[in-house]
Amino acid sequence: MNARIAHIASNTFREAVRDRVLYNLIAFALLLSGAAILVGQISIDIEKLVVINLGLTAVSLFGIVIAIFIGIGLVSKEIEKRTLYTVLSRPVRRWEFIVGKFLGLAGTLVVNTFFMAIGVFAALLYVSHKFVRTDALILVALYFIVLEFLIICAIALLFSSFSSPLLSAVFAFSLFVIGSFAEDLRGFASMTHGFTRWVATGAAYLVPNFSAFNVIGSIAHEQPVAAQLIVNNTLYAFFYAALALSGAVLIFEHRNLK
Amino acid sequence: MNAIEILGLEKTYLVGFWAKRPKRALHPLHLNVEEGEIFGFLGPNGAGKTTTLKLLMGLVFPTAGSARILGREWTDPEVKAQIGFLPEQPYFYDHLTAHELLNYYAQLSGVPGKERSRRVESTLLQVGLRDIKGVQLRKFSKGMLQRVGIAQAILHDPKLVFLDEPMSGLDPIGRREVRDLIVQLKSEGKTVFFSTHILSDAEALCDRVAIINQGMLRGIGAVADLTSNVQGKIEIIWRGNTVPASMKALGAECHVTGDTIRAVLSETQQDAAIDALRRERLRLISITPVRTSLEAYFVEKLQHAETKAGTMA
Repeated sequence: MNARIAHIASNTFREAVRDRVLYNLIAFALLLSGAAILVGQISIDIEKLVVINLGLTAVSLFGIVIAIFIGIGLVSKEIEKRTLYTVLSRPVRRWEFIVGKFLGLAGTLVVNTFFMAIGVFAALLYVSHKFVRTDALILVALYFIVLEFLIICAIALLFSSFSSPLLSAVFAFSLFVIGSFAEDLRGFASMTHGFTRWVATGAAYLVPNFSAFNVIGSIAHEQPVAAQLIVNNTLYAFFYAALALSGAVLIFEHRNLK
Repeated sequence: MNAIEILGLEKTYLVGFWAKRPKRALHPLHLNVEEGEIFGFLGPNGAGKTTTLKLLMGLVFPTAGSARILGREWTDPEVKAQIGFLPEQPYFYDHLTAHELLNYYAQLSGVPGKERSRRVESTLLQVGLRDIKGVQLRKFSKGMLQRVGIAQAILHDPKLVFLDEPMSGLDPIGRREVRDLIVQLKSEGKTVFFSTHILSDAEALCDRVAIINQGMLRGIGAVADLTSNVQGKIEIIWRGNTVPASMKALGAECHVTGDTIRAVLSETQQDAAIDALRRERLRLISITPVRTSLEAYFVEKLQHAETKAGTMA
Protein backbone atom coordinates (compact mmCIF):
# COMPACT_ATOMS: atom_id res chain seq x y z
CA MET A 1 0.00 0.00 0.00
CA ASN A 2 1.07 3.53 -0.73
CA ALA A 3 2.83 4.90 2.39
CA ARG A 4 0.83 8.14 2.48
CA ILE A 5 -2.46 6.22 2.47
CA ALA A 6 -1.17 4.08 5.35
CA HIS A 7 -0.21 7.21 7.35
CA ILE A 8 -3.62 8.83 6.76
CA ALA A 9 -5.38 5.58 7.72
CA SER A 10 -3.35 5.23 10.88
CA ASN A 11 -4.04 8.84 11.86
CA THR A 12 -7.78 8.30 11.29
CA PHE A 13 -7.67 5.21 13.48
CA ARG A 14 -5.76 7.07 16.20
CA GLU A 15 -8.26 9.94 16.05
CA ALA A 16 -11.18 7.54 16.50
CA VAL A 17 -9.49 5.82 19.44
CA ARG A 18 -8.60 9.14 21.12
CA ASP A 19 -12.11 10.44 20.52
CA ARG A 20 -13.13 7.58 22.77
CA VAL A 21 -15.04 5.75 20.05
CA LEU A 22 -13.97 2.42 21.50
CA TYR A 23 -15.77 3.38 24.73
CA ASN A 24 -18.84 1.89 23.05
CA LEU A 25 -17.27 -1.44 23.95
CA ILE A 26 -18.06 -0.77 27.59
CA ALA A 27 -21.74 -0.24 26.77
CA PHE A 28 -21.64 -3.36 24.62
CA ALA A 29 -20.02 -5.43 27.39
CA LEU A 30 -22.60 -4.22 29.92
CA LEU A 31 -25.48 -4.97 27.55
CA LEU A 32 -24.22 -8.43 26.73
CA SER A 33 -23.33 -9.51 30.25
CA GLY A 34 -26.66 -8.16 31.53
CA ALA A 35 -28.50 -10.06 28.79
CA ALA A 36 -26.56 -13.26 29.42
CA ILE A 37 -27.38 -13.21 33.12
CA LEU A 38 -31.00 -12.33 32.42
CA VAL A 39 -31.66 -15.01 29.81
CA GLY A 40 -29.91 -17.55 32.01
CA GLN A 41 -32.62 -16.93 34.56
CA ILE A 42 -35.75 -16.55 32.43
CA SER A 43 -35.32 -18.90 29.47
CA ILE A 44 -34.97 -22.63 29.27
CA ASP A 45 -32.94 -24.24 26.43
CA ILE A 46 -32.93 -21.12 24.29
CA GLU A 47 -30.28 -19.14 26.19
CA LYS A 48 -27.75 -19.78 23.44
CA LEU A 49 -30.15 -18.72 20.70
CA VAL A 50 -30.96 -15.49 22.51
CA VAL A 51 -27.33 -14.68 23.26
CA ILE A 52 -26.24 -15.25 19.63
CA ASN A 53 -29.15 -13.23 18.26
CA LEU A 54 -28.76 -10.42 20.71
CA GLY A 55 -24.96 -10.40 20.60
CA LEU A 56 -24.59 -10.35 16.82
CA THR A 57 -27.40 -7.81 16.36
CA ALA A 58 -25.68 -5.56 18.90
CA VAL A 59 -22.32 -5.97 17.11
CA SER A 60 -24.01 -4.96 13.87
CA LEU A 61 -25.93 -1.99 15.29
CA PHE A 62 -23.05 -0.60 17.34
CA GLY A 63 -20.77 -0.82 14.32
CA ILE A 64 -23.26 0.76 11.96
CA VAL A 65 -23.85 3.68 14.29
CA ILE A 66 -20.07 4.21 14.55
CA ALA A 67 -19.57 3.82 10.79
CA ILE A 68 -22.27 6.40 10.01
CA PHE A 69 -21.43 8.93 12.70
CA ILE A 70 -17.69 8.90 12.11
CA GLY A 71 -17.93 8.37 8.37
CA ILE A 72 -20.15 11.38 7.74
CA GLY A 73 -17.59 13.70 9.36
CA LEU A 74 -14.48 12.21 7.82
CA VAL A 75 -14.24 14.72 4.98
CA SER A 76 -16.68 17.49 5.93
CA LYS A 77 -15.17 17.91 9.40
CA GLU A 78 -11.71 18.20 7.90
CA ILE A 79 -12.94 20.88 5.52
CA GLU A 80 -14.88 22.71 8.21
CA LYS A 81 -11.95 22.65 10.66
CA ARG A 82 -9.50 23.34 7.84
CA THR A 83 -7.20 20.54 8.98
CA LEU A 84 -7.29 19.42 5.36
CA TYR A 85 -5.36 22.49 4.18
CA THR A 86 -2.12 21.37 5.74
CA VAL A 87 -2.58 17.84 4.43
CA LEU A 88 -3.43 18.65 0.82
CA SER A 89 -0.68 21.26 0.58
CA ARG A 90 1.73 18.31 0.88
CA PRO A 91 2.44 15.73 -1.81
CA VAL A 92 -0.84 13.97 -1.03
CA ARG A 93 -3.31 13.30 -3.83
CA ARG A 94 -6.94 13.82 -3.05
CA TRP A 95 -7.80 10.20 -3.84
CA GLU A 96 -5.12 9.06 -1.41
CA PHE A 97 -6.76 11.12 1.30
CA ILE A 98 -10.18 9.54 0.66
CA VAL A 99 -8.83 6.00 0.52
CA GLY A 100 -6.71 6.56 3.64
CA LYS A 101 -9.71 7.88 5.55
CA PHE A 102 -11.81 4.91 4.44
CA LEU A 103 -9.19 2.39 5.50
CA GLY A 104 -8.71 4.15 8.84
CA LEU A 105 -12.40 3.97 9.64
CA ALA A 106 -12.68 0.40 8.35
CA GLY A 107 -9.71 -0.52 10.57
CA THR A 108 -11.39 1.06 13.57
CA LEU A 109 -14.52 -0.97 12.94
CA VAL A 110 -12.60 -4.21 12.48
CA VAL A 111 -10.80 -3.70 15.80
CA ASN A 112 -14.09 -2.76 17.45
CA THR A 113 -15.78 -5.84 16.01
CA PHE A 114 -12.90 -8.04 17.15
CA PHE A 115 -13.37 -6.97 20.77
CA MET A 116 -17.16 -7.28 20.54
CA ALA A 117 -16.75 -10.75 19.05
CA ILE A 118 -14.69 -11.75 22.09
CA GLY A 119 -17.61 -10.48 24.19
CA VAL A 120 -20.12 -12.56 22.22
CA PHE A 121 -18.05 -15.73 22.61
CA ALA A 122 -17.54 -15.02 26.32
CA ALA A 123 -21.30 -14.62 26.83
CA LEU A 124 -21.88 -17.80 24.86
CA LEU A 125 -19.44 -19.69 27.04
CA TYR A 126 -21.17 -18.29 30.12
CA VAL A 127 -24.61 -19.60 29.10
CA SER A 128 -23.63 -22.92 27.47
CA HIS A 129 -20.41 -23.67 29.42
CA LYS A 130 -18.66 -25.06 26.32
CA PHE A 131 -18.11 -24.38 22.64
CA VAL A 132 -19.37 -26.71 19.90
CA ARG A 133 -18.30 -26.99 16.26
CA THR A 134 -21.35 -25.04 14.95
CA ASP A 135 -20.34 -22.02 17.05
CA ALA A 136 -17.70 -21.39 14.40
CA LEU A 137 -20.58 -20.24 12.17
CA ILE A 138 -20.70 -17.11 14.29
CA LEU A 139 -17.43 -16.14 12.62
CA VAL A 140 -19.20 -16.17 9.25
CA ALA A 141 -21.91 -13.86 10.60
CA LEU A 142 -19.21 -11.57 12.00
CA TYR A 143 -17.45 -11.58 8.63
CA PHE A 144 -20.68 -10.55 6.91
CA ILE A 145 -21.16 -7.79 9.48
CA VAL A 146 -17.66 -6.47 8.71
CA LEU A 147 -18.51 -6.54 5.00
CA GLU A 148 -21.64 -4.52 5.77
CA PHE A 149 -19.45 -1.99 7.61
CA LEU A 150 -17.23 -1.59 4.56
CA ILE A 151 -20.24 -0.66 2.46
CA ILE A 152 -21.63 1.70 5.10
CA CYS A 153 -18.24 3.40 5.56
CA ALA A 154 -17.91 3.97 1.83
CA ILE A 155 -21.48 5.33 1.59
CA ALA A 156 -20.98 7.66 4.56
CA LEU A 157 -17.73 8.87 3.02
CA LEU A 158 -19.47 9.43 -0.32
CA PHE A 159 -22.10 11.65 1.29
CA SER A 160 -19.48 13.36 3.41
CA SER A 161 -17.58 14.40 0.29
CA PHE A 162 -20.32 16.77 -0.84
CA SER A 163 -22.87 17.21 1.92
CA SER A 164 -23.14 18.52 5.48
CA PRO A 165 -22.74 16.01 8.34
CA LEU A 166 -26.44 16.20 9.25
CA LEU A 167 -27.70 15.50 5.73
CA SER A 168 -25.02 12.85 5.26
CA ALA A 169 -26.25 11.09 8.41
CA VAL A 170 -29.84 11.18 7.18
CA PHE A 171 -28.89 9.89 3.71
CA ALA A 172 -26.58 7.16 4.99
CA PHE A 173 -29.00 5.93 7.63
CA SER A 174 -31.93 5.96 5.17
CA LEU A 175 -29.88 3.98 2.69
CA PHE A 176 -29.02 1.47 5.40
CA VAL A 177 -32.69 1.02 6.33
CA ILE A 178 -33.81 0.72 2.69
CA GLY A 179 -30.88 -1.62 1.99
CA SER A 180 -31.96 -3.88 4.83
CA PHE A 181 -35.23 -4.42 2.94
CA ALA A 182 -33.58 -4.71 -0.48
CA GLU A 183 -34.94 -8.24 -1.05
CA ASP A 184 -38.49 -6.99 -0.40
CA LEU A 185 -37.87 -4.08 -2.76
CA ARG A 186 -36.72 -6.50 -5.44
CA GLY A 187 -39.79 -8.63 -4.82
CA PHE A 188 -42.00 -5.56 -5.18
CA ALA A 189 -40.21 -4.58 -8.41
CA SER A 190 -40.89 -8.02 -9.92
CA MET A 191 -44.62 -7.59 -9.27
CA THR A 192 -44.90 -4.26 -11.11
CA HIS A 193 -45.14 -3.61 -14.85
CA GLY A 194 -43.96 -1.18 -17.49
CA PHE A 195 -42.16 2.00 -16.50
CA THR A 196 -42.78 1.44 -12.77
CA ARG A 197 -41.02 -1.91 -13.05
CA TRP A 198 -37.95 -0.24 -14.63
CA VAL A 199 -37.80 2.40 -11.90
CA ALA A 200 -38.45 -0.01 -9.02
CA THR A 201 -35.93 -2.55 -10.34
CA GLY A 202 -33.33 0.19 -10.85
CA ALA A 203 -33.85 1.49 -7.31
CA ALA A 204 -33.84 -2.03 -5.85
CA TYR A 205 -30.46 -2.83 -7.42
CA LEU A 206 -28.97 0.59 -6.74
CA VAL A 207 -29.44 0.45 -2.96
CA PRO A 208 -27.02 -1.84 -1.13
CA ASN A 209 -28.52 -5.26 -0.54
CA PHE A 210 -27.93 -5.64 3.19
CA SER A 211 -30.55 -8.35 3.58
CA ALA A 212 -28.16 -10.82 1.91
CA PHE A 213 -25.64 -10.15 4.72
CA ASN A 214 -28.04 -10.90 7.53
CA VAL A 215 -27.49 -14.54 8.48
CA ILE A 216 -27.82 -14.01 12.22
CA GLY A 217 -31.16 -15.82 12.49
CA SER A 218 -30.06 -18.92 10.59
CA ILE A 219 -26.74 -19.11 12.42
CA ALA A 220 -28.49 -18.87 15.78
CA HIS A 221 -30.43 -21.95 14.65
CA GLU A 222 -27.13 -23.59 13.71
CA GLN A 223 -27.96 -23.72 10.00
CA PRO A 224 -24.86 -23.70 7.76
CA VAL A 225 -24.10 -20.87 5.33
CA ALA A 226 -23.51 -21.76 1.68
CA ALA A 227 -19.95 -21.16 0.47
CA GLN A 228 -21.41 -19.51 -2.62
CA LEU A 229 -23.10 -16.89 -0.43
CA ILE A 230 -19.78 -16.09 1.25
CA VAL A 231 -18.11 -15.60 -2.15
CA ASN A 232 -21.04 -13.59 -3.52
CA ASN A 233 -21.27 -11.33 -0.47
CA THR A 234 -17.52 -10.74 -0.47
CA LEU A 235 -17.48 -9.75 -4.13
CA TYR A 236 -20.62 -7.67 -3.76
CA ALA A 237 -19.31 -5.78 -0.71
CA PHE A 238 -15.95 -5.02 -2.31
CA PHE A 239 -17.58 -3.97 -5.57
CA TYR A 240 -20.18 -1.75 -3.88
CA ALA A 241 -17.65 -0.15 -1.53
CA ALA A 242 -15.26 0.48 -4.44
CA LEU A 243 -18.08 2.06 -6.42
CA ALA A 244 -19.11 4.36 -3.55
CA LEU A 245 -15.46 5.25 -2.89
CA SER A 246 -14.89 6.05 -6.56
CA GLY A 247 -17.90 8.37 -6.40
CA ALA A 248 -16.46 10.05 -3.32
CA VAL A 249 -13.08 10.47 -5.03
CA LEU A 250 -14.69 11.82 -8.20
CA ILE A 251 -16.63 14.47 -6.26
CA PHE A 252 -13.77 15.35 -3.95
CA GLU A 253 -11.26 15.70 -6.81
CA HIS A 254 -13.31 18.62 -8.16
CA ARG A 255 -14.37 20.22 -4.92
CA ASN A 256 -13.25 23.74 -3.97
CA LEU A 257 -12.20 23.89 -0.33
CA LYS A 258 -13.56 27.28 0.65
CA MET B 1 14.95 32.21 -11.72
CA ASN B 2 11.42 32.84 -10.53
CA ALA B 3 10.22 30.81 -7.59
CA ILE B 4 6.61 31.66 -8.41
CA GLU B 5 5.10 32.73 -11.72
CA ILE B 6 1.39 33.48 -11.56
CA LEU B 7 0.02 33.59 -15.08
CA GLY B 8 -3.40 35.20 -15.02
CA LEU B 9 -4.92 33.12 -12.24
CA GLU B 10 -8.49 34.17 -11.58
CA LYS B 11 -11.34 32.89 -9.48
CA THR B 12 -15.06 33.47 -9.69
CA TYR B 13 -17.37 31.79 -7.19
CA LEU B 14 -21.05 31.17 -7.73
CA VAL B 15 -22.94 32.44 -4.71
CA GLY B 16 -26.58 32.28 -3.66
CA PHE B 17 -28.82 29.33 -2.91
CA TRP B 18 -31.33 29.23 -5.75
CA ALA B 19 -30.30 31.86 -8.26
CA LYS B 20 -26.54 31.47 -8.40
CA ARG B 21 -24.72 34.65 -9.31
CA PRO B 22 -21.02 35.00 -10.04
CA LYS B 23 -18.78 36.74 -7.52
CA ARG B 24 -15.25 37.46 -8.60
CA ALA B 25 -12.82 36.78 -5.78
CA LEU B 26 -9.71 37.28 -7.90
CA HIS B 27 -9.28 39.15 -11.17
CA PRO B 28 -6.61 37.79 -13.54
CA LEU B 29 -3.42 38.01 -11.52
CA HIS B 30 0.06 38.19 -13.04
CA LEU B 31 2.89 38.10 -10.56
CA ASN B 32 6.47 36.87 -10.32
CA VAL B 33 8.36 36.14 -7.15
CA GLU B 34 12.09 35.68 -7.43
CA GLU B 35 14.00 32.89 -5.75
CA GLY B 36 15.46 33.80 -2.38
CA GLU B 37 13.36 36.88 -1.72
CA ILE B 38 10.87 37.68 1.00
CA PHE B 39 7.74 38.75 -0.81
CA GLY B 40 4.89 40.45 0.98
CA PHE B 41 1.35 40.09 -0.30
CA LEU B 42 -0.55 42.96 1.25
CA GLY B 43 -4.17 43.87 1.32
CA PRO B 44 -7.07 44.56 3.65
CA ASN B 45 -9.27 41.72 4.89
CA GLY B 46 -11.23 40.14 2.04
CA ALA B 47 -8.87 41.51 -0.62
CA GLY B 48 -8.16 38.14 -2.24
CA LYS B 49 -4.90 37.20 -0.49
CA THR B 50 -6.15 33.91 0.93
CA THR B 51 -7.90 33.01 -2.34
CA THR B 52 -4.59 33.46 -4.17
CA LEU B 53 -2.81 31.24 -1.68
CA LYS B 54 -5.52 28.59 -1.84
CA LEU B 55 -5.28 28.60 -5.64
CA LEU B 56 -1.52 28.12 -5.47
CA MET B 57 -1.94 25.29 -2.96
CA GLY B 58 -4.53 23.54 -5.15
CA LEU B 59 -7.20 23.85 -2.47
CA VAL B 60 -9.51 25.71 -4.85
CA PHE B 61 -9.51 25.48 -8.62
CA PRO B 62 -9.04 28.55 -10.80
CA THR B 63 -11.68 29.80 -13.21
CA ALA B 64 -8.82 30.59 -15.62
CA GLY B 65 -5.07 30.99 -15.67
CA SER B 66 -2.18 28.94 -14.41
CA ALA B 67 0.99 29.20 -12.38
CA ARG B 68 4.47 27.78 -12.17
CA ILE B 69 6.17 27.06 -8.87
CA LEU B 70 9.90 26.36 -8.72
CA GLY B 71 9.87 25.93 -12.48
CA ARG B 72 7.11 23.30 -12.59
CA GLU B 73 3.37 23.37 -13.16
CA TRP B 74 1.76 24.29 -9.86
CA THR B 75 -0.51 21.25 -9.98
CA ASP B 76 2.47 18.86 -10.11
CA PRO B 77 2.37 16.88 -6.82
CA GLU B 78 6.18 16.81 -6.75
CA VAL B 79 6.18 20.59 -6.31
CA LYS B 80 4.38 20.17 -3.01
CA ALA B 81 7.29 18.26 -1.50
CA GLN B 82 9.33 21.44 -1.87
CA ILE B 83 6.88 23.95 -0.46
CA GLY B 84 5.57 24.69 3.00
CA PHE B 85 2.23 26.32 3.77
CA LEU B 86 0.83 27.98 6.86
CA PRO B 87 -2.90 28.64 6.45
CA GLU B 88 -4.59 31.60 8.11
CA GLN B 89 -5.68 30.76 11.67
CA PRO B 90 -4.59 27.16 11.36
CA TYR B 91 -6.45 24.28 13.01
CA PHE B 92 -4.89 20.92 13.61
CA TYR B 93 -5.89 17.48 14.77
CA ASP B 94 -6.36 18.41 18.39
CA HIS B 95 -6.20 14.82 19.65
CA LEU B 96 -2.52 14.74 18.72
CA THR B 97 0.48 16.19 20.53
CA ALA B 98 2.72 18.60 18.64
CA HIS B 99 5.33 15.85 18.24
CA GLU B 100 2.77 13.41 16.83
CA LEU B 101 1.32 16.01 14.48
CA LEU B 102 4.70 17.02 13.10
CA ASN B 103 5.70 13.38 12.78
CA TYR B 104 2.52 12.75 10.78
CA TYR B 105 3.19 15.71 8.50
CA ALA B 106 6.81 14.63 8.10
CA GLN B 107 5.59 11.21 6.99
CA LEU B 108 3.21 12.78 4.46
CA SER B 109 5.99 15.04 3.16
CA GLY B 110 8.27 12.07 2.65
CA VAL B 111 10.88 12.89 5.31
CA PRO B 112 12.96 9.71 5.76
CA GLY B 113 12.17 7.73 8.92
CA LYS B 114 15.69 8.09 10.36
CA GLU B 115 15.58 11.86 10.19
CA ARG B 116 12.01 12.37 11.36
CA SER B 117 12.31 12.62 15.10
CA ARG B 118 15.45 14.77 14.92
CA ARG B 119 13.73 17.12 12.45
CA VAL B 120 10.61 17.33 14.62
CA GLU B 121 12.63 18.19 17.73
CA SER B 122 14.78 20.82 16.03
CA THR B 123 11.80 22.48 14.31
CA LEU B 124 9.86 22.72 17.56
CA LEU B 125 12.88 24.36 19.19
CA GLN B 126 13.24 26.69 16.19
CA VAL B 127 9.70 28.02 16.68
CA GLY B 128 10.17 28.35 20.43
CA LEU B 129 8.01 25.43 21.61
CA ARG B 130 9.59 23.68 24.59
CA ASP B 131 8.33 21.37 27.35
CA ILE B 132 5.23 20.33 25.42
CA LYS B 133 5.82 16.59 25.20
CA GLY B 134 2.64 14.67 25.86
CA VAL B 135 0.39 17.75 25.72
CA GLN B 136 -2.45 17.43 23.22
CA LEU B 137 -3.00 20.36 20.84
CA ARG B 138 -6.48 20.95 22.26
CA LYS B 139 -4.71 22.40 25.31
CA PHE B 140 -2.55 24.82 23.29
CA SER B 141 -3.12 28.59 23.26
CA LYS B 142 -3.74 30.43 19.98
CA GLY B 143 -0.16 31.68 19.90
CA MET B 144 1.22 28.18 20.49
CA LEU B 145 -0.94 26.80 17.68
CA GLN B 146 0.39 29.50 15.38
CA ARG B 147 3.91 28.35 16.23
CA VAL B 148 2.94 24.75 15.51
CA GLY B 149 1.56 26.01 12.21
CA ILE B 150 4.86 27.62 11.32
CA ALA B 151 6.72 24.50 12.44
CA GLN B 152 4.71 22.26 10.13
CA ALA B 153 5.34 24.65 7.24
CA ILE B 154 9.14 24.48 7.56
CA LEU B 155 9.51 20.98 8.97
CA HIS B 156 10.45 19.26 5.72
CA ASP B 157 13.04 21.90 4.75
CA PRO B 158 11.05 23.34 1.82
CA LYS B 159 12.60 25.67 -0.76
CA LEU B 160 9.55 27.93 -0.78
CA VAL B 161 7.37 28.85 2.18
CA PHE B 162 3.88 30.34 1.94
CA LEU B 163 2.69 31.99 5.13
CA ASP B 164 -0.86 33.35 5.39
CA GLU B 165 -0.94 36.00 8.14
CA PRO B 166 1.93 34.42 10.10
CA MET B 167 1.87 36.99 12.92
CA SER B 168 -1.81 36.48 13.66
CA GLY B 169 -2.48 35.57 17.28
CA LEU B 170 1.07 36.18 18.45
CA ASP B 171 2.13 38.47 21.27
CA PRO B 172 4.86 41.08 20.60
CA ILE B 173 7.65 38.68 21.56
CA GLY B 174 6.16 35.95 19.40
CA ARG B 175 5.90 38.37 16.48
CA ARG B 176 9.51 39.34 16.91
CA GLU B 177 10.54 35.68 16.95
CA VAL B 178 8.56 34.94 13.79
CA ARG B 179 10.12 37.95 12.09
CA ASP B 180 13.58 36.63 13.02
CA LEU B 181 12.58 33.20 11.75
CA ILE B 182 11.50 34.60 8.38
CA VAL B 183 14.83 36.42 8.07
CA GLN B 184 16.60 33.19 8.99
CA LEU B 185 14.67 31.30 6.27
CA LYS B 186 15.85 33.87 3.74
CA SER B 187 19.43 33.52 4.94
CA GLU B 188 19.12 29.76 4.34
CA GLY B 189 18.29 30.56 0.71
CA LYS B 190 14.56 29.92 0.95
CA THR B 191 11.90 32.02 -0.72
CA VAL B 192 9.18 33.33 1.58
CA PHE B 193 5.81 34.49 0.27
CA PHE B 194 3.69 35.87 3.04
CA SER B 195 0.38 37.63 3.18
CA THR B 196 -0.36 40.19 5.82
CA HIS B 197 -2.30 43.32 6.54
CA ILE B 198 0.23 44.41 9.16
CA LEU B 199 2.31 46.86 7.17
CA SER B 200 5.08 47.36 9.71
CA ASP B 201 5.91 43.64 9.43
CA ALA B 202 6.02 43.86 5.65
CA GLU B 203 8.15 47.01 5.73
CA ALA B 204 10.61 45.43 8.15
CA LEU B 205 10.92 42.11 6.34
CA CYS B 206 10.10 42.21 2.67
CA ASP B 207 12.34 42.71 -0.31
CA ARG B 208 9.29 43.34 -2.50
CA VAL B 209 5.58 43.71 -1.88
CA ALA B 210 2.42 43.52 -3.93
CA ILE B 211 -0.79 45.24 -2.91
CA ILE B 212 -4.10 43.60 -3.67
CA ASN B 213 -7.59 44.91 -3.06
CA GLN B 214 -11.01 43.74 -4.20
CA GLY B 215 -9.30 40.88 -6.01
CA MET B 216 -7.10 43.13 -8.14
CA LEU B 217 -3.39 43.81 -8.03
CA ARG B 218 -3.00 47.51 -7.17
CA GLY B 219 0.75 47.92 -6.98
CA ILE B 220 4.00 46.03 -6.81
CA GLY B 221 7.61 46.98 -6.19
CA ALA B 222 10.70 46.80 -4.02
CA VAL B 223 10.07 48.10 -0.52
CA ALA B 224 13.22 50.21 -0.77
CA ASP B 225 11.87 51.92 -3.93
CA LEU B 226 8.37 52.42 -2.59
CA THR B 227 9.60 53.99 0.62
CA SER B 228 12.50 56.02 -0.79
CA ASN B 229 10.33 58.65 -2.32
CA VAL B 230 11.93 61.59 -0.55
CA GLN B 231 9.48 64.45 -0.68
CA GLY B 232 12.13 67.17 -0.35
CA LYS B 233 11.46 67.45 3.35
CA ILE B 234 13.45 66.70 6.45
CA GLU B 235 12.53 65.97 10.02
CA ILE B 236 14.53 67.61 12.81
CA ILE B 237 14.22 66.56 16.43
CA TRP B 238 15.76 68.49 19.32
CA ARG B 239 15.50 68.74 23.07
CA GLY B 240 13.31 71.62 24.33
CA ASN B 241 9.86 72.71 25.53
CA THR B 242 9.14 75.77 23.40
CA VAL B 243 9.58 76.36 19.70
CA PRO B 244 12.07 79.20 18.99
CA ALA B 245 10.72 82.07 16.86
CA SER B 246 13.56 81.56 14.39
CA MET B 247 12.30 78.03 13.63
CA LYS B 248 8.75 79.28 13.20
CA ALA B 249 10.09 81.86 10.79
CA LEU B 250 11.48 79.04 8.60
CA GLY B 251 7.92 77.75 8.19
CA ALA B 252 8.53 74.53 10.14
CA GLU B 253 5.55 72.42 11.25
CA CYS B 254 6.44 71.79 14.91
CA HIS B 255 5.05 69.28 17.41
CA VAL B 256 6.05 69.36 21.09
CA THR B 257 6.05 66.03 22.95
CA GLY B 258 7.32 66.21 26.54
CA ASP B 259 10.78 67.72 26.35
CA THR B 260 11.38 66.98 22.67
CA ILE B 261 10.28 68.94 19.65
CA ARG B 262 9.83 67.51 16.17
CA ALA B 263 9.78 69.80 13.16
CA VAL B 264 9.25 69.05 9.47
CA LEU B 265 10.55 71.61 6.99
CA SER B 266 11.94 71.98 3.50
CA GLU B 267 15.26 70.27 2.78
CA THR B 268 16.66 73.58 1.49
CA GLN B 269 16.32 75.09 4.95
CA GLN B 270 18.33 72.42 6.72
CA ASP B 271 21.43 74.59 7.31
CA ALA B 272 19.35 77.57 8.46
CA ALA B 273 17.49 75.37 10.94
CA ILE B 274 20.74 73.93 12.36
CA ASP B 275 22.11 77.46 12.74
CA ALA B 276 18.92 78.57 14.51
CA LEU B 277 19.12 75.70 17.01
CA ARG B 278 22.83 76.39 17.61
CA ARG B 279 22.12 80.06 18.29
CA GLU B 280 19.44 79.10 20.82
CA ARG B 281 21.90 76.61 22.37
CA LEU B 282 19.39 73.76 21.95
CA ARG B 283 20.49 70.12 21.81
CA LEU B 284 19.96 68.55 18.37
CA ILE B 285 18.88 64.87 18.48
CA SER B 286 18.44 63.88 14.84
CA ILE B 287 17.91 65.00 11.26
CA THR B 288 16.33 62.51 8.85
CA PRO B 289 14.85 62.81 5.37
CA VAL B 290 11.08 62.32 5.26
CA ARG B 291 10.23 59.15 3.32
CA THR B 292 6.94 57.86 2.10
CA SER B 293 6.09 55.00 4.46
CA LEU B 294 4.76 51.72 3.13
CA GLU B 295 1.57 52.59 4.93
CA ALA B 296 1.23 55.86 2.99
CA TYR B 297 1.87 53.99 -0.27
CA PHE B 298 -0.65 51.33 0.69
CA VAL B 299 -3.34 53.86 1.63
CA GLU B 300 -2.71 55.82 -1.56
CA LYS B 301 -3.12 52.69 -3.70
CA LEU B 302 -6.33 51.70 -1.97
CA GLN B 303 -7.77 55.21 -2.16
CA HIS B 304 -6.83 55.43 -5.82
CA ALA B 305 -8.63 52.15 -6.46
CA GLU B 306 -11.72 53.30 -4.59
CA THR B 307 -11.79 56.61 -6.48
CA LYS B 308 -11.47 54.74 -9.77
CA ALA B 309 -14.27 52.38 -8.81
CA GLY B 310 -16.45 55.35 -7.77
CA THR B 311 -15.83 57.12 -11.09
CA MET B 312 -16.71 54.01 -13.07
CA ALA B 313 -19.91 53.55 -11.07
